[in-house]
Amino acid sequence: MRRGLSLLALVVLLVGHFPGCKSPPAKEIRIGLITPLSGDVKTFGESVKNAFEVAVEEANAKGGVAGMKIATFLVDDRNDPTEASNAANLLINQHGVKAIVGSVTSKTTIPVSDLAQSLRIPTITGTATNPKVTVADGKRKDYMFRACYTDSFQGTVMAKFARGTLNATAAAVLYDASNDYSKGIAEVFRDAFVRMGGRVTAYESYGKDDVDFSALLTKVKAAKPDVLFLPDYYNKVGLIAKQAKETGFQGALIGPDGWDSPELVKVAGDAIEGGYFSNHYSPEDTRPEVGNWVKKYKEKFQQTPDALGTLAYDATNMLLEAIRKANSADPGKIRDALASLSGFEGVTGKFTMDEHGDPIKSAVIIQIKDGKQKFLQVVNP
Amino acid sequence: MEYFAQQVINGLQLGFVYALIALGYTMVYGIVRLINFAHGDVFMIGAFIGFYTIERYHLPLALVFLSAVAGCTVLAVLIEQLAYRPLRHAPKIASLITAIGVSLFLEYFTSLRQVFGPNFYSFPRPFPVVIWEVGGILVTNIQAVILVVTVLCLLFLQFIVFRTKMGRGMRAVSYDYVTAGLMGVNVNRVISFTFGLGAALAGVGGVLYGIAYPQVNTFMGFMPGLKAFTAAVLGGIGNIPGAVLGALIMGQSETMVSAYLSSTYRDGIAFVILILVLLWKPTGILGAPRAEKV
Amino acid sequence: MAESLRNLARILAAYALLAGSIVLLAATGVVNPYWVQILELACVVAISAQGLNVIYGYTGLFSLGHAAFLGIGAYTAAYLMKTVGGQSQVLFFTALLAGGGAAAVIACLIGLPALRLTSDYLGIATLGFGIIMKVVFDNADSFLPELGGARGMTGITKMTTVPWVVFFLLVSLLIVRNTIHSSYGRAIISIREDEIAAETMGIDTFRYKMVGFVMGCAFAGVAGGLYAHLYAFLHPSNFDFFKSIDILVIVVLGGLGNMSGVLVASFGWIFLLEGLRVVLPPGYVELRWVLIPVLLIVTMLLRPQGLFGTREFPFLRGRLYR
Repeated sequence: MRRGLSLLALVVLLVGHFPGCKSPPAKEIRIGLITPLSGDVKTFGESVKNAFEVAVEEANAKGGVAGMKIATFLVDDRNDPTEASNAANLLINQHGVKAIVGSVTSKTTIPVSDLAQSLRIPTITGTATNPKVTVADGKRKDYMFRACYTDSFQGTVMAKFARGTLNATAAAVLYDASNDYSKGIAEVFRDAFVRMGGRVTAYESYGKDDVDFSALLTKVKAAKPDVLFLPDYYNKVGLIAKQAKETGFQGALIGPDGWDSPELVKVAGDAIEGGYFSNHYSPEDTRPEVGNWVKKYKEKFQQTPDALGTLAYDATNMLLEAIRKANSADPGKIRDALASLSGFEGVTGKFTMDEHGDPIKSAVIIQIKDGKQKFLQVVNP
Repeated sequence: MEYFAQQVINGLQLGFVYALIALGYTMVYGIVRLINFAHGDVFMIGAFIGFYTIERYHLPLALVFLSAVAGCTVLAVLIEQLAYRPLRHAPKIASLITAIGVSLFLEYFTSLRQVFGPNFYSFPRPFPVVIWEVGGILVTNIQAVILVVTVLCLLFLQFIVFRTKMGRGMRAVSYDYVTAGLMGVNVNRVISFTFGLGAALAGVGGVLYGIAYPQVNTFMGFMPGLKAFTAAVLGGIGNIPGAVLGALIMGQSETMVSAYLSSTYRDGIAFVILILVLLWKPTGILGAPRAEKV
Repeated sequence: MAESLRNLARILAAYALLAGSIVLLAATGVVNPYWVQILELACVVAISAQGLNVIYGYTGLFSLGHAAFLGIGAYTAAYLMKTVGGQSQVLFFTALLAGGGAAAVIACLIGLPALRLTSDYLGIATLGFGIIMKVVFDNADSFLPELGGARGMTGITKMTTVPWVVFFLLVSLLIVRNTIHSSYGRAIISIREDEIAAETMGIDTFRYKMVGFVMGCAFAGVAGGLYAHLYAFLHPSNFDFFKSIDILVIVVLGGLGNMSGVLVASFGWIFLLEGLRVVLPPGYVELRWVLIPVLLIVTMLLRPQGLFGTREFPFLRGRLYR
């Protein structure tokens, strides 16, 4: 009984110890980052965290934005929707942040977006591709923005590429049924490919923890497709590609921006050779933004940035640019500046926000040749 | 026909991989009646030891297996002494909760940047893959290795349990550990040995898994562990050949459901089969029917 | 009659005092909305934990699929609210009961075959059911597009408030207390203690197991409905195996068959999870889930019988004169 009471007392103390948000001093703007720092996608969460920190450090080194130092608050969501919502609530109501960057996956970003919208805090995500992040049930959440493509854009781009450039008539799709990124792009690709006169001869799904794809790949092989579309992140794609080769699959492998990581070639080896994927920028791009970013990241973290980190870097910089333009720490003014952002030069391209808070930017198709990414063509939306 | 045969081969590989993990699970459960949720994570540690010994130190394959076995055994004995032994006389569920605690701890602790790190690391293949074509059906040398190792482990376990003094002790403890203690069996030693043996299998399994599906991550162990445990229950938990049989059925049913029904509902259908089997034989296919003491 | 009226008045007063003071604290800004949300979540978790407490703690049925029933309730309630539309409190109440009802019906269907299994085999069967339901939730958009499947269900109105969660928590505690101290409760506990002896005494063990199981699952269903309208977003990963484990951990930490312990453990668990977020210094945020299992193991080693053992809060004790 006494133990129970002391636990209660502890809880009461904990609650009492942290009263409502204190307003920050005038010369500081508080920004929060929500990202999975523990759990199964910690590796993506860390990329995003690193990128966020680089962007904020750069800005603070130049004396902050709009005359204000940037104070950051990091919270972990463990890739769990409930925790993400709690984390956003903590950032806004306890820490009094004026803007949020996050989260990483769509399933955690949607609850964050609902909360941010109702409390009117501008929020930008680097990587959540689900259309429902910025528009849900026909209502535009006007405080939500993103730096990445939506599911429909990449699905259509790759369908067009497979049908047009590769001249494929039959396609197979393997996707993760519990991952909304994967499922979303897969559906759009299937519909677009059929609409352009192709046939989808196999449309199969796997689970998030599966590592044995041989049954599915044998099925795919029997369906004799010209291309196999793999909308997933590089870790899964690497495994599938390797097994596809071992089952004797001959067709071309194609995919979306989740492929972008040096790890892909490390896992898949020559099995991924000749594969194509859509991406935001090409490593051969000579724009200074790309070179500076890759160099800075490598110096600081001893690895090449992946697509998630790069997008988070752009998202953070877009937010900082908006604060600069708004010249104020007022969430409403920052929102207006974000919404009217146009021609912003980021690492992943030139950004202009459309009316849904989604960026209008072109994509590139990249081919993997000799274990390296080679630029193939630019695709405009 | 070729398609069917190929899918049977695919299912066999999956089944034998489950079997390797299930063997360790069923050993521990057979002796202490504890669902050792941490088993899958010991298996993960085994895979990581394999990863480091190959990638960093380029050890020969035999030494790779040996270090994984040694590392996992030490870890499991440590876990047993710290987290399970103090609760031997408490309700079984208390140990189950500490097992969950140990499992979570191993996953989240090793995923820290300072330990293994959270990335998906590609597991280097210690030998090149050879694909044989037998009448239009593809078989790889990896599948052959998995099959041979699993069968060897099965025979080795059967030998230990039925042909050695320690094995007699294990059977006695499994039957009634209080009486076994009274009869002069060193119960603590037997239980530690069982955990060690189960973990040694997990070490072998971890390395083989890494070779077959060349990628390691600190969260890789839980799902295979759960599936393997389910397989062990299906075959009759505590029964060593039963674990292999259950795993093979599990592998075939998952593969055949993907091949002929729906890949989307694969996990669902596999578990429907499990529940149906349990309703037909409540202690699993090879499990001894439980005597009701009145 | 007078006795029960006085009882009712006492319960109503307790409810008004509890809910009223929290609402007051929130309205005056003493407790900020973050902690209010955490408190609401803790109440929801406490309701579903009481459900598992009935199933496992009192009836002795090892269930590893509790979160699936939470999910059934959540999706049912949210679907009803969304299709009927509007924000009426009466409708919300009906939707919550419907969620509980749906969970109860499914529990009945599952229980008919599964409750013939015992101990760990029942655990595996319920685990399997949980995984089947997760697959169904993941692909729910293929038969009901509103449910969203793996992309999550959006467009739910935030209806859950402090008065609602406190109300359902109190009701669930009262139901459990009154059931456990009735003849039903004695039958249920006798099954947990010794099924064969209970059967010999003429207790229809299957029927009473079913009563315990269905009742516990109905609690989970109501809690699910409250959860859905608290976070206004549903995703299948909210109802996977790990969430079932969370609830199991709470029930065992609190003490099997101990209402007070389970109640305190529910609040303790949620406030520990969120409290660590606040107390850990910025560089150590990622250590949260390293510390939680350590605390879990240590607590279990120190208190294997649960935090409270067999003691109960006064208002949850049985009355001898009944």
